[in-house]
Amino acid sequence: MKVTFPHMGNQYVATKVLLEELGVDIVIPPQCSNDTLDIGTKHSPESICLPLKVNIGNYIESIRQGADTIVITGSCGPCRFGYYSILQKEILKSMGHQLDFILLDPPQGDYDKFFKSVTKLANTKNPYSIIKALAKATKALYGVDEIDDAAFYKRPRERVMGSTDQLYDSFHKEVRKVKGYRAVMDLVKETKRKINSIEEDPERDVVKIGLIGEIYTIIEPFVNLDIEKKLGALGVEINKSLKISRWLTEHLYLQPLKLSSEKEIWQAAKPYLGSMIGGHARETVGYAVKYAKEGYDGLIQVYPFTCMPEIVAQSILPSVEKDYNIPYLCLIVDEMTGEAGLNTRIEAFVDLLRRRKELKHNEKLLSGY
Amino acid sequence: MKIGIPRGLWFYDYYPLWKAFYEALGAEVILSSPTNKHILDQGAKNTVDEACLPVKILHGHIIDLRDKVDYIFVPRMMSVYKGEYICPKFCGLPEMVKYSIKNVPPMIDTVINFNKSRKSLMTTIYEFGEYVTKDRKKIDSAYAEALKKYKQYKQSIAEGRIPLNGELMKESCFNGKRGRKTIALMGHSYLIYDNFGSMEIINKLKALNVDILLPEMLDNGRLRDYSDTLEKRMFWSYGRRLMGTAMYLAENKDIDGVIYVSSFGCGIDSIVEELIERRMRSESDIPFLLITLDEHTGEAGVNTRLEAFIDMIDWRRKNEGNLSPYGKSICGN
Repeated sequence: MKVTFPHMGNQYVATKVLLEELGVDIVIPPQCSNDTLDIGTKHSPESICLPLKVNIGNYIESIRQGADTIVITGSCGPCRFGYYSILQKEILKSMGHQLDFILLDPPQGDYDKFFKSVTKLANTKNPYSIIKALAKATKALYGVDEIDDAAFYKRPRERVMGSTDQLYDSFHKEVRKVKGYRAVMDLVKETKRKINSIEEDPERDVVKIGLIGEIYTIIEPFVNLDIEKKLGALGVEINKSLKISRWLTEHLYLQPLKLSSEKEIWQAAKPYLGSMIGGHARETVGYAVKYAKEGYDGLIQVYPFTCMPEIVAQSILPSVEKDYNIPYLCLIVDEMTGEAGLNTRIEAFVDLLRRRKELKHNEKLLSGY
Repeated sequence: MKIGIPRGLWFYDYYPLWKAFYEALGAEVILSSPTNKHILDQGAKNTVDEACLPVKILHGHIIDLRDKVDYIFVPRMMSVYKGEYICPKFCGLPEMVKYSIKNVPPMIDTVINFNKSRKSLMTTIYEFGEYVTKDRKKIDSAYAEALKKYKQYKQSIAEGRIPLNGELMKESCFNGKRGRKTIALMGHSYLIYDNFGSMEIINKLKALNVDILLPEMLDNGRLRDYSDTLEKRMFWSYGRRLMGTAMYLAENKDIDGVIYVSSFGCGIDSIVEELIERRMRSESDIPFLLITLDEHTGEAGVNTRLEAFIDMIDWRRKNEGNLSPYGKSICGN
């Protein structure tokens, strides 16, 4: 059994640690590239959302490296993601690939099936070793997300442009080569230390932007065209509404106990969107309000074309923009997105934020505060 | 008190229920005009670009109603059956309307959510009724009366009397006589029953002299039996009905073709349509046509495709199905 899985930002590091600790053979799909997307677009339904297309590309590239089993998670609606597994199976079947699918759907009462999937994947029935591996994977995931956070802070402040990205990219190259929890964690710590010690330029004027939207498009750098690096180079510090580590804690540990760490965000979203409508629409709106209250300079929403929950959020966000007087930019991505157009829009938006900041500053000077 | 019901989305499935309910309670129910160019344009102008055609049309209807009524009926339809949802856009519809259209009168935006169980049915109904009266007994009897009307309506549709624009046709569009062409028209009811939004597809098919079979004309329980055999439970109510219909048709094969009408950007169709098309092609040789509509669709293009599809079916019948436009050849490869 050679297991593979679709990419989703830093998630691959955690899955790698989890399966390696359990002694399962894995194939990490090559980093998402235009080839990945081309393969996916060719074989997927035309109007499906972008993540599925990239996933199909990931599978095919992994199959070429010998993968024969696919593990994916699922949900039970109302967002399309819940039916990804079935459609993907159909697509791969029609392409002539006979693969094993291990679905980790939320149990919904059927715990027997769920545990069967888990033990099939884990290659062991010992719950202790599964839980131990899971705990290690979670720790690794938090570690990698901390690298992200450190990079968000350093990119707009670094004295030598590109020094953060250099360390960041080399981490993602190296982590594929090392094996096991210890080695990954050593690399994580080392990278974090190096990024934190990058020399800063105190003169830089840093603008703060909250990045909100659909989880896959905010955390997978390939599909959002490296927006975090682009913004970093423009002197923008960002904060993301969703992180894969938080998502894991939420879905794996808290939700089965009917708990949530997002209560505060839901509360913030409540005047605009009172209930769960699938996907992360409520979080998108809630974090928009939160960032606005915390004095961020602007908001950027990213989502894949035709994403249902985010369309609802998109129709609400202009009201948040007006109520809190915070500029908002909506970026919709799919396989047709051109990088130049996206760059222009981001640059113009950041210019606008800078100008606003300047004006506010001058106003204060003139009115004698 | 005047309550406005927009002619869009859930309207085609439930409006007799709601209209009878509020009329029995003593309110005046005003329907928006049937969809027309002006309503569509207004809707498209006032909705986010990315929304699908039916959602844009609904926004147009709300603009049509907003100056005429005291309340607008926009319930939050989360889930009608256990374990199923409608569509994320339906769940967030009151918010979409509220933040897209200015000067909307107060909305009746009670939550309909039977995802966990139907226990809350009566409290939901009281909540709807309390916009008009606090008298629970009156609400009970109004609901009973409305339910009767609703069942009649469903029965009429099952008999083939299509509620085009919400008005039941006088005659059944399904004749069932031997030798007549039968086309299964699939898609979301709120698109197909909207005469303008669907580019008059039902009238066009009737003019081409074919019988029309709709998912609503098949027994829901039977469709459920089919869709229950799916590997993973379909969690969209509309999707489940369509999947069930497709499975039924692929097994019974007593139709000449399937036309699937979808709106551009429909998230549910992007999965359901694909699965249905794949199933139709692999399990049967029923011809399949997909028509995707949005506010830019040209009518001439739709006409050409419909006519070509029907012509193809005619040729097939004449040539005993040995000729296929593509895919399989006569010699059997």
